[in-house]
Amino acid sequence: MSGATAQTWRDWLLTDTPSSRRQAAWGRRYRLWRDFTANRLAMGGLVVVVVLMLASMLAPVLAPYDPGIQNLANRLARPSAAHWLGTDELGRDILSRILFGGQVTLGMVVAVVIMVAPLGLAIGCIAGYFGGTLDRVLMRVTDVFLSFPRLILALAFVAAIKPGVTSAVFAIVLTAWPPYARLARAETLTVRGTDYIAAVRLTGASSFRIILRHIVPMCIGSLVVRVTLDMSSIILTAASLGFLGMGAQPPSPEWGAMIATARRFILDQWWVPTIPGIAIFVASLAFNLLGDGLRDVLDPKQR
Amino acid sequence: MATPRLKALAATAASVPITLFGLVLVTFLIGRVMPIDPVLAIVGDRAPADVVAQVRLELGLDEPLYVQFWIYLGKLVQGDLGRSVMTSHTVVDDIIRFFPATMELATAAIIIAALLGIPIGVLAAVKQGSRIDHVIRVITLAGHSLPIFVLALISLLVFYATLEIAPGPGRQNILFDDMVPTITGLLTVDSLIAGEWEVFWDALAHLVQPAGVLAYFSMAYLARMTRAFMLDTLKGEFIITARAKGLSPARVIWKHAFGNIAVRLITILALAYAGLLEGAVITETVFSWPGLGQYLTISLLNADMNAVLGATLVVGVTYLAFNLLADLLYRLLDPRVR
Repeated sequence: MSGATAQTWRDWLLTDTPSSRRQAAWGRRYRLWRDFTANRLAMGGLVVVVVLMLASMLAPVLAPYDPGIQNLANRLARPSAAHWLGTDELGRDILSRILFGGQVTLGMVVAVVIMVAPLGLAIGCIAGYFGGTLDRVLMRVTDVFLSFPRLILALAFVAAIKPGVTSAVFAIVLTAWPPYARLARAETLTVRGTDYIAAVRLTGASSFRIILRHIVPMCIGSLVVRVTLDMSSIILTAASLGFLGMGAQPPSPEWGAMIATARRFILDQWWVPTIPGIAIFVASLAFNLLGDGLRDVLDPKQR
Repeated sequence: MATPRLKALAATAASVPITLFGLVLVTFLIGRVMPIDPVLAIVGDRAPADVVAQVRLELGLDEPLYVQFWIYLGKLVQGDLGRSVMTSHTVVDDIIRFFPATMELATAAIIIAALLGIPIGVLAAVKQGSRIDHVIRVITLAGHSLPIFVLALISLLVFYATLEIAPGPGRQNILFDDMVPTITGLLTVDSLIAGEWEVFWDALAHLVQPAGVLAYFSMAYLARMTRAFMLDTLKGEFIITARAKGLSPARVIWKHAFGNIAVRLITILALAYAGLLEGAVITETVFSWPGLGQYLTISLLNADMNAVLGATLVVGVTYLAFNLLADLLYRLLDPRVR
C-alpha cells in the first residue's frame, strides 16, 4: 500500500501536465532534489553540515563536561576514554569545548548570512532596477569595499570598535556584502527589460512591488549558491579573527581563539591546537561541498 | 577600431581616483569611530586637563568631521600618516621598513604557486574524470577550506620540530643580523648584491617554509582556474583540427590549448598575488616574519590606531594596484578584447 502511495506521489510530482501552480512548483523542487542527491560529495557535505548544526545545538546535552570547568591536575592530557579528545592547558575537556565552540562559529555564520544576504540583495536590485546615477554611486561604493582584502578591513574595523563576537559579525558583514550586491545587480539587469516586467508595470505595480515580488525571486537561486559557498569563507574569516585575538575572546571556546591560546603547545602536545583546526576544516569543507553541489543543481551556468 | 578599447581604458583609469578616495575615506572613518581617545593614547590618562585640551587642538579634533578629513587628506598627500605610539617612528618609516619583507614573502609564494598550480591544473583538465583529477580536486578543495594558520602550525610541527629540515620562525639567523646593507629590502636580493652567500642561503631557507604555506592557497586557486579554462578550451574545434592533423598530444595541449589561456592566467596570477596579502598577515604572525602583516597585528593588539590605519591603507592601495594591473594586462594582451 505504502509503495503504491509513494508511486502516485512521484507520478503527481513528475507529471508533464501539472494541473496547478503548486504542483508545478513542487515538481520542480522534487526534480532538483533528485539531481542533488545524485551528487555523493554534495550529499556528504549536507550530512556533515546537518550533523554539525545538531551537535552544536545539542551541545549542552551531548558535551560530557562543562566547557569552562578547569582541572589543573589533568592539563594537556592525551585523548583517553574519560576525555575523548584530551584536555587543554587548563585541564578543560576539548570535546566539550569543540561542541560549544560550534555554537559560536555557526552562530556567527548564521548571523552574518541573515544580515548580509538581504543587504546585498537590496543594494544590488535597487541599483540594477533604477540604473542611472543611483546605480553608478552604489556600484562605486561596492567597488571601494571590494578593493580591501576582506580580513584586513575586518581587522581594522574590529580594532576600532572593540574586539569580540558582535563586532566580528558586523565587521564580516561590512566586508561580505559587495559580491552579493554585484550578483543581484547582474541578475536584475538581465530581467529588467523582459516582457513580464513590462507587463507587471503596465498593471500599475509600484517599483517596490516589482522589485520585491518579481525581481528578487529571480535572484534567489544564484544567491543561495553564493551564500553556501561563502559560508566556508565566513567560517575561515571568523576563525582568523579569533586566532588574531580580534574575534571571540578567551575563555570563549571559539575554535580560532582556542588555537590561538594553544598554539604554543604545537611542538609537544600537538593535538591541543590541531583538533580545533580540524573542526574548522571539516565545517568549512562541508559547506564548500554542499555549495558546489547546489551550484550544479541550481545554477548550472556558473560552473 | 581602437576607440572602444581606449574608452574602456579611460573608464578604468577614471575609476581609480574615485576608488582610491573611497579607500582613504573608509580608513579615515574607521579611525574616527573608535572608542579609544587618540589624545589620551598620546599624553596618557594622568595628563592635566590643559595639556589634553592643547593636544586635542593640535590634532584638530575639535574641528567638524569634514575639516578633520581635509586635514587628514592634506597630511596624506605630503606622505604623513602620523606617528606610531608603539614604535615611536612615523608610520611611513615603519611601512617602508616592513613592506619589503611582505613583498619578498608574497613574491616567493606566487612563484611556488604558479610553478605547481598551473601544471596540475592542466593535468587535471587533460585527465578529466580520472583518479588523478579527483586527487587534484581534493587538494584544491582543501586549499579553500583549511585555515592558513592551521597549515602553518602543522608545517612548523612537521618540518621544523619533527623532521628538523626547516629553520625556525623569523627571517634570518640572528648571527647574520645587519650583515648586508639594505638596498632593496628583500633579504635574498640584498645578500646576493653584497655577495654574502651564507646570508643568502640562510635567508632562502627561512623564506621557503612560510612562502610554501602561503603558496598552497594560491596554488589551489590557480589550479582550479587553470583546470576550468583548459576544459573550456579543449572543447574548441581548433583543438580537434590540431589533433586530426596528427600533432603530438603534448604540442596540442601546450602550444594550442595552453597558449590560448595564457593571457587569462596572467590576469588570474595578478589577482592571486593581491589575494596573498591577506594570507600574509596570518602567515607572518605564525612565522614571526617581520613584515607589514606582523606590524599590523601587533599594532592591532596595542590599539595603535595610526599604525593600523596606515598599514590598512597601504594594503588596500597595493590590492587595488594589483587588481588594476590584472585588468590592464587582460585588455592589453588579449587580442579578443581589443
